Amino acid sequence: MTRCKLPTGFNNPQIDEWVGLDFISRRVGLETHTTAGREAGATRIFLLGRIAHRMKASLRTLPLFALVLAFFLATELPAQDWVHTGTNLGNDRIRIAAADFKPVGEDPQTPALKAAFDATLYTDLANAGIFDLVSKSMLPQATPGAPPEINMTQWTAAPANAAMVAFGALSSSGGRLVVYGWLFDAKNTVNPQVLAKQYNEEASQEMARSVAHRFADEIIYRLGGGINGIAETKIYFVSSRTGSKEIWAMDYDGQNQHAITHLGAISLSPRISPDNSRLAFASLGNQGWAVRMYSLELGRTVSFPAGTAGGSNQSPAWSADGTKIAFSSSRSGSPSIWVADASGANPRKLTSFKGPDVSPTWNPRTGTEIAWVSGRTGLPQIYTMDLDGANIQRMTDGGYAISPSWSPNGQALTFSWNRKYGPGAPGGQDIYYFDIASKRWLQLTHESGSNDFPCWAPDGRHIVFERTIGGRTQIWSMLADGTQQQQLTKTGNNFMPNWSWK
Amino acid sequence: MNTRNRILVPVALLLALVTVAGCKKKPVPPPPPPPPPIVVPAPTAQITATPTLITAGDQVVLTWRTTDASSASIDGIGDVPTSGTKTVTPSVSTSYHLLARGEGGSAEASARVTVNPPPAVVQPPTMSEEEEFRANMQDIFFDYDAATIRADAQAVLAKDSSYLASHPNVKFVIGGYCDERGSNEYNIGLGQNRADAAKNAFVSAGVAASRIRVVSYGKEKPFCTESTEGCWQQNRRAGFTLDR
Repeated sequence: MTRCKLPTGFNNPQIDEWVGLDFISRRVGLETHTTAGREAGATRIFLLGRIAHRMKASLRTLPLFALVLAFFLATELPAQDWVHTGTNLGNDRIRIAAADFKPVGEDPQTPALKAAFDATLYTDLANAGIFDLVSKSMLPQATPGAPPEINMTQWTAAPANAAMVAFGALSSSGGRLVVYGWLFDAKNTVNPQVLAKQYNEEASQEMARSVAHRFADEIIYRLGGGINGIAETKIYFVSSRTGSKEIWAMDYDGQNQHAITHLGAISLSPRISPDNSRLAFASLGNQGWAVRMYSLELGRTVSFPAGTAGGSNQSPAWSADGTKIAFSSSRSGSPSIWVADASGANPRKLTSFKGPDVSPTWNPRTGTEIAWVSGRTGLPQIYTMDLDGANIQRMTDGGYAISPSWSPNGQALTFSWNRKYGPGAPGGQDIYYFDIASKRWLQLTHESGSNDFPCWAPDGRHIVFERTIGGRTQIWSMLADGTQQQQLTKTGNNFMPNWSWK
Repeated sequence: MNTRNRILVPVALLLALVTVAGCKKKPVPPPPPPPPPIVVPAPTAQITATPTLITAGDQVVLTWRTTDASSASIDGIGDVPTSGTKTVTPSVSTSYHLLARGEGGSAEASARVTVNPPPAVVQPPTMSEEEEFRANMQDIFFDYDAATIRADAQAVLAKDSSYLASHPNVKFVIGGYCDERGSNEYNIGLGQNRADAAKNAFVSAGVAASRIRVVSYGKEKPFCTESTEGCWQQNRRAGFTLDR
């Protein structure tokens, strides 16, 4: 595979649509690849034909066509190792300051609640991926508790240089936690208020964190182009910390980790329903693997008839409207992709090939396409198809590619790929961002462990994945350009994360 | 004076006591009883068993006692001393019947011991069946990312099939196993194909499909946990275990 580096500052309208808000493209700018380099002639013709077709359809794709053509014409493209040439190219993140909230009243609970709130709000804004958050050491000492108390010049002056300031007051009394929060635009001296929120909840550590998540998501929604923040989302995962692999859940930031199932069997592949009410997963029993359904409302497993047919029934995936589940089943021979109603009725088969077909993921935007892993040609590769099993397209051009997750905007996949696979090859198993239309990709993890099961966050800005280093597997999250990688679990071994839809 | 008093006082008290006691009238002694009639008392007999509820193979202590007996016997044991203890190990529920004979007649007593049958001794035969299965059924191994039966595996399957043909009652599980590389989900699919390939080979060799249960373990239950090719090969297998 030949790789080529795009010129820095390269700007293509097609790429600008990779992720909403130009998030990726603005940050990427550093390295983009195509899978088209060393394709067989037939594939080239196919690809050219496809692109020519696209060109006819829209002149907008002309730059892309020219780009791909340039790849074909280029004889020897220089291969090079990955480099970070810089970040935030052409992208100015909003500089925001999160003031420590002002404690009000003498209630002995207040300091602990305030500490949890302040830390959570700060972390949420730092994690959001759209802010240049003023570091704690550069914050003014002031803790304005209300609009009349804030002296804006303190915050706009160096070293804070804040464009936006989040501040407010927190009190607890009589077992209630009351929080007032404001977001002010420091540059707008006339009418600086962007947001004012009030929260009144039970006074507890968990609720202090929850209120901070909600306030953070309000800020992120306002300043992040109308995309909902993820501070209130959950991550479901598999943990073996109690001895058997059970399904667990945690807040998006790794807090509040708790077990969902207590089956004592091996349970894998948790997939939360779009409405957060049910959890589909696979569990090993006497007759093999069954897709099972757990109701978070009832606190117990409920029936899913399509999931129990003997053999291997596993890797469930919800359609974005919550009405259907795709999964892999070996009930009719080699494991194939099947689709059933969310009730477990009407299972029907989509694929029929020799190698294993597993790990389906729906295009959440259209609901009419599925990407999945197939071993039909040998090593597993990523394919896409329509919901009727037609229009099968191979995405990856080689190596060992597994565990796809379809981006919320429908335009990209993320999956685990060992591109330099083979005897003596130096390849690692890394997480990739893959643009479906152009088949160009970006490697997100580099030279740290073996990485698998990436899953998009609903904001399309974050990806959660599992990383194995030295035989220990943990859940990590990162921004969708591979930056801000952070470990979320530390206890036992933890696998197969699944980010909730909201 | 002190010494004298110490002696005098008790003596005086003693005298007084004797005097008072001596004042009571002595009762007239009753006439001697008539001589008892010459009758020989009938013997008595008692027997107990401890415990009364045992599992076969356990011991029971019999304790018996008689009076006015010249001989005693217990059914199934024979003549015994007129009183004594004896340890017995009945294999079935037994009534220990004591018969005591004397000049005055005979007496009987019995003690019942209930014997539960021993716990079903299935362990030795099953172990040997399992051992026999293990000794005869060899696992087969696969190439990387493949579920096709290798030539060396075909020879193994032929031997396994002949064992299965001569043991038509043996039911077994085919487990599909994979090495650690790749995702859990893909490896469950691959393990399923490996186990199914082995099952198809057995069925082709005449083994009834109803005797076979197939489970893919993917990479969830490795035989070996090192990241070496030798270890990976150990994990790329169809493993056979007795189905119970």
